[in-house]
Amino acid sequence: MYLIMATVTYDHATRLYPGTERPAVDQLNLHVEDGEFLVLVGPSGCGKSTSLRMLAGLEDVNGGNIYIGDRDVTDVQPKDRDIAMVFQNYALYPHMSVADNMGFALKIAGNPKADIRQRVEEAAKILDLTEYLDRKPKALSGGQRQRVAMGRAIVRQPQVFLMDEPLSNLDAKLRVQTRTQIASLQRRLGVTTVYVTHDQTEALTMGDRIAVLKDGLLQQVGTPRDMYDTPANVFVAGFIGSPAMNLATFSVTDGAAQVGSARIPLERETLAKVTEADKGHVTVGFRPEALDVVGQATESAFPVEVNIVEELGSDAFVYGTLKGELASEAHLTSGAGDNQVIVRIDPRNVPQKGERLYVSIRPGQAHVFSSATGERLS
Amino acid sequence: MGGVTVQNLQITASNPDPALLDLPWDIPLEQWPAETLAALPRGISRHIVRFVRLSGRVIAIKEIGESVAYREFELLRQLRRLEVPSVVPVGVITGRKDADGERLEAVLITEHLQFSLPYRALFSQALRPDTATRLIDALAVLLVRLHLVGFYWGDVSLSNTLFRRDAETFAAFLVDAETGDLHRELSPGQRSYDLDLARTNIIGELMDLAAGELLDEDVDEVAIGDALVERYNELWEALTVSESFDSNERWRVAARIEQLNTLGFDVGELAITTDIDGTTVQIQPKVVDAGHHSRRLLRLTGLDVQENQARRLLNDLDSFRAAAERQNDDEEFVAHDWLSGVFEPTIQAVPRDLRRKLEPAQLFHEILDHRWFTSERAGRDVPMAEATQSYVDDVLRHRPDEKAILGLAPGETDELFG
Ligand SMILES: Nc1ncnc2c1ncn2[C@@H]1O[C@H](COP(=O)(O)OP(=O)(O)OP(=O)(O)O)[C@@H](O)[C@H]1O
Ligand SMILES: Nc1ncnc2c1ncn2[C@@H]1O[C@H](COP(=O)(O)OP(=O)(O)OP(=O)(O)O)[C@@H](O)[C@H]1O
Ligand SMILES: [Mg+2]
Ligand SMILES: [Mg+2]
Repeated sequence: MYLIMATVTYDHATRLYPGTERPAVDQLNLHVEDGEFLVLVGPSGCGKSTSLRMLAGLEDVNGGNIYIGDRDVTDVQPKDRDIAMVFQNYALYPHMSVADNMGFALKIAGNPKADIRQRVEEAAKILDLTEYLDRKPKALSGGQRQRVAMGRAIVRQPQVFLMDEPLSNLDAKLRVQTRTQIASLQRRLGVTTVYVTHDQTEALTMGDRIAVLKDGLLQQVGTPRDMYDTPANVFVAGFIGSPAMNLATFSVTDGAAQVGSARIPLERETLAKVTEADKGHVTVGFRPEALDVVGQATESAFPVEVNIVEELGSDAFVYGTLKGELASEAHLTSGAGDNQVIVRIDPRNVPQKGERLYVSIRPGQAHVFSSATGERLS
Repeated sequence: MGGVTVQNLQITASNPDPALLDLPWDIPLEQWPAETLAALPRGISRHIVRFVRLSGRVIAIKEIGESVAYREFELLRQLRRLEVPSVVPVGVITGRKDADGERLEAVLITEHLQFSLPYRALFSQALRPDTATRLIDALAVLLVRLHLVGFYWGDVSLSNTLFRRDAETFAAFLVDAETGDLHRELSPGQRSYDLDLARTNIIGELMDLAAGELLDEDVDEVAIGDALVERYNELWEALTVSESFDSNERWRVAARIEQLNTLGFDVGELAITTDIDGTTVQIQPKVVDAGHHSRRLLRLTGLDVQENQARRLLNDLDSFRAAAERQNDDEEFVAHDWLSGVFEPTIQAVPRDLRRKLEPAQLFHEILDHRWFTSERAGRDVPMAEATQSYVDDVLRHRPDEKAILGLAPGETDELFG
């Protein structure tokens, strides 16, 4: 099929809403490659929709620039940007064939009939709709109707697809299915796509790369692996991954991070990055799967009292409370709440509620962050 | 409530009607029994929408995701507060379960807009040839009003708009706020995207009617879509553009206000700036409110009607005043006499069972038209009472009932919209 691809570049792009004090999007620098699937993710109000709308031309840019390919589109009208907002509306016309439902916008634009039919057929092939082209929408299932809507965007051959939480009004099951469909369709089409979601799992499973935003500021951009293995700061560490990473305060003593019995040797470069502002502390992050259940006598083991066990087939997690000295000093947080620690355990060997486990952080699997700035040190 | 399933319905409504609880919430809306439903025409939609008679009125029920339902409910409430013509939200119901305990979709309930005419019914009724133009004009006014209050619609279409007769024109109401967003102020990009989407959707909807052979062959779909863009831009410009003139041309301030009044808008706030040496003046309307004539009529008579109906009624009031040579009397007194001596007797002269076919103000407007027409034919001034009688016998009796049932367009069945 056709491939008109384009990069997307945000260059210090800023949006300050009238009557507000802080920019909703603050000096965003982001480059999306040709054909790439980039996901903007972050908690509610972080500025992801605003960023997308700036690219779509729906929001004024108060500072910086936005480029599609080499073209500065900062002041270009939405309809002249050669982008398509997908899933915005997909009401199908009952009297028109599926082919006409997909191609009518081209007809309005005055494209020749033969050209329209060719584009529609190509899109239908990709969308698995070929045999329905001359039928009425009534003959289609819900999923197929949604693909016709996607077809409407595809036949226009835009340079960029934009999607803002397109799955938010689907139920959980359909959401997972549609997620996979969109991702594989995008790979087949190879059209540069910017996708907004608040759901980090959706981001991790769909994106070639992910951009995490918080309070209008870009926190980190990278592949799902990058985000998972080397989160750039405490926020990203806590936001990406499910269940969430455990984060605790350790003191730096004798070349190691220590709290209670838990002790993590620190690399020399890590140590060198600790500054006075950190006041002798670092924030240590460890994922539930970076903890081993060990014997009480094991050096650096620490006690956890089991509150709940969550069994998810091949995985099981303990949500527990820290005990001993750690409890008062570690200021531990996790997705489960303050002083709660999450531990992945062997699903064939599940402890009882109230039981006490001893766990230790697997060597090399701790993430170390500055306690002053939250930036990654390790 | 049917079945053995215990429903745990959550009703969010500002003023819940207990009769709501008697509806069969444990059945998917698509399968509701015909006797519960009111067979009124609808536009195209993705969700299942049905009308139901309830406590002497009709409500519209739409099955839709829970969070979207609450969002749309809230937006419709805000639009109402901003006095933009839109359907009135009644409530949201969640927690539905069927007889097997399976979860059913939440619903958004709105009041059915009385006397509203979906475009599919209008276009296929073979009304006067300029119907399309008048519908487009009405939609342009609605879109401008929405944009003035900062509402970005996101899915402007004929299906998402309802039309009501408004004297010889139409008034448009927003029906589907699902994709909308309220902002402090819209950017030019948001307005132009909304307008472009409106154009595409309208042309698509007309092409659909044409494909179903429900549209006159001479209709040019693209030209109608383009007309919306043109009308919108003209109106937006008239309402918002800033103009400069020499300081000795100050009459232009009053002229601008009058121009806006003629367009049906009141000027709530006008920014006037002069340059340092005071030779040029610049004016720009900052706050404009639609409904100039309907507000004036409401103040004078208590009648709450649409803008162009109000214009027509006010004209009749003016002729009444002139004919009675009461130009120097207090306007309120004259209006009171016109109401009790002209308007009310005219409406009451229409038999009760026919009165429900049209709104009273629309009836009055049509009777005025009819009177003009019969007077011309008879070559004399036909009195109001006589005109009313002839209107009832020759026109009204043969008109479809627009309060309740219009039926789908010929050749259309419910399944089309599956
Ligand atoms: N039109 C507006 N006027 C003023 N402030 C706005 C407007 N739209 C968004 N904001 C503010 O800008 C910030 C970013 O909003 P935005 O909608 O981009 O966030 P988001 O990450 O998409 O959130 P959500 O997931 O809730 O949609 C928020 O603080 C929001 O309140
Ligand atoms: N309160 C109402 N009064 C009169 N008609 C109504 C009302 N609510 C809905 N309708 C009719 O039902 C149709 C569908 O409603 P609506 O547009 O809200 O559904 P939808 O599924 O959200 O549509 P879309 O596919 O555009 O998102 C409308 O076109 C209109 O004709
Ligand atoms: Mg709709
Ligand atoms: Mg809708």
